[in-house]
Amino acid sequence: MTEACGHCCARIENLGVRLGGAQVLEGVRLHLNCRELLAVIGPNGAGKTTLMRALLGEVPYTGTLQFKIGGEMRSRPRMGYVPQTLNLETDSPISVLDMMVSATSRRSLWLGVSRKTRKTLEEGLAAVSAAHLLKKKIGSLSGGELQRVLLAMAMIPRPDVLLLDEPVSGVDVNGLSLFYSIVSRLKTENDISIIMATHDLAGIAPYADRMILLNRTIVAEGTPREVLSDRKLLETFGPSLWNVSKWETGCTHA
Amino acid sequence: MLELWYRLVDFALPFEWAHYAFMKNALLAVLLSAPLFGLVGTVVVTNRMAFFSDVLGHSALTGIAAGLWLGTGDPLVGMIAFMIVLSVLITLFKTATRASYDTVLGVFFGAVTAAGIVLLSRGGGFAKFTPYLIGDILAVEPSRLYTLAALSSAAALYWFCLANKLVLISVSPVLAFSRRVPALWVQLSFGVLLAVVVGFSVRLVGILMINSLLILPAAAARNLARNVREFTTWSVAISLVCGVAGLLASYYWGAAAGATIVLFAACFYGVSAVYAWVEQRGGRR
Repeated sequence: MTEACGHCCARIENLGVRLGGAQVLEGVRLHLNCRELLAVIGPNGAGKTTLMRALLGEVPYTGTLQFKIGGEMRSRPRMGYVPQTLNLETDSPISVLDMMVSATSRRSLWLGVSRKTRKTLEEGLAAVSAAHLLKKKIGSLSGGELQRVLLAMAMIPRPDVLLLDEPVSGVDVNGLSLFYSIVSRLKTENDISIIMATHDLAGIAPYADRMILLNRTIVAEGTPREVLSDRKLLETFGPSLWNVSKWETGCTHA
Repeated sequence: MLELWYRLVDFALPFEWAHYAFMKNALLAVLLSAPLFGLVGTVVVTNRMAFFSDVLGHSALTGIAAGLWLGTGDPLVGMIAFMIVLSVLITLFKTATRASYDTVLGVFFGAVTAAGIVLLSRGGGFAKFTPYLIGDILAVEPSRLYTLAALSSAAALYWFCLANKLVLISVSPVLAFSRRVPALWVQLSFGVLLAVVVGFSVRLVGILMINSLLILPAAAARNLARNVREFTTWSVAISLVCGVAGLLASYYWGAAAGATIVLFAACFYGVSAVYAWVEQRGGRR
């Protein structure tokens, strides 16, 4: 835990969220350091997605959120966001290029893409091993491909903080290790801080710098090794722990 | 302006049907409204608003009653105003509650349709409103054609300016929010546009058919398109072709134009669905 927070990038104090009359999060205290990958784990309904949405400012919250970017204090840094799922039907006539242009360019889709924008997008996709997907329909991508495309999109323009909301649900084992290594590389190369909510406890451990166990509030915090060996982990997840971790990584036959 | 159109038709279309002024007006109405339906329909389909636009269409009856009660001289004014209010209410309701959107729409659908029938049938005078059910594009007043042209241009401009935001919101509202797109305002503004389009067209194509005219061309286009540009282009093109073909067929068959246009669009959808199926099978091999 960073007490002094000299190189702290985000400082969240006493965060609380009420949704539909229920207290979904309370007393969340969280410090995010620069160039750090913070994994947020917790059972379903623990408030992981709500935490992400509060950080984005999409749901009303109590408490304070402060960000220090390049030595300056800011209330709202540039956030890159990768959602858990998209609102998609498989035959949706939206291509990867369309989606990326709609998110990153002011010029109307209808006018076509400028050469400069196209180059930026192609480079962004290449950085996540997805250059070949530019013209595909987003509904036809596999889970892993879609997450890499969304990751590339979240990196344009380069964010200060990257929020990944359970990005690996529905991604197969090969896709997983590829995704983690890409995220890890983006973090070092681009000097960004990452908060990733995930169910994949074992998979993320080698890549995460720190981990928090969330269940309405922060239950445990520390290095992945510390959190994963904490007695509270079993108490929070219950006997389903083994299933959750295996099932979400796609190893149903293990 | 209209005089020019009449002369153009006389010159370019030396057919029997084109002699009549009402057909010239109707043809222009189709040429102006079909692209509008095609364009707006793409947003309706990608945002799963088919039921929403159907509720708006069916609220026309209550809208007429509201217009009569408020004493707006032109029934269209009261009707469109009512639809705008309804559209804003539904959109706000959707964001404020966690209730199933489908069910909420079902409730609105029932309420506005029933209220319209009760209000207009009081004293047994419903028969004079039946033209609103199936519409009559042949009876379009020339003055309305100018309004229609303005409306189509406004819708095209709207789409041009907000296409990116609409696409992103349809993919993920939270993702749109993270990009600082004011999703609620965009949704409200599209709802208002849809209300004006539906309200204005109800008299032309009928309460029963308006929704199909919005949905079918876009649904067919969706089967053919690989990206957003192709999607809108196909949708506008299919809407135009079906509009003109349906109008002419209805003239020779002596049937209602709106429904005939919808039948053509349904055929297009059938063909496009077969194409999509074949394409998909080919892709899997």
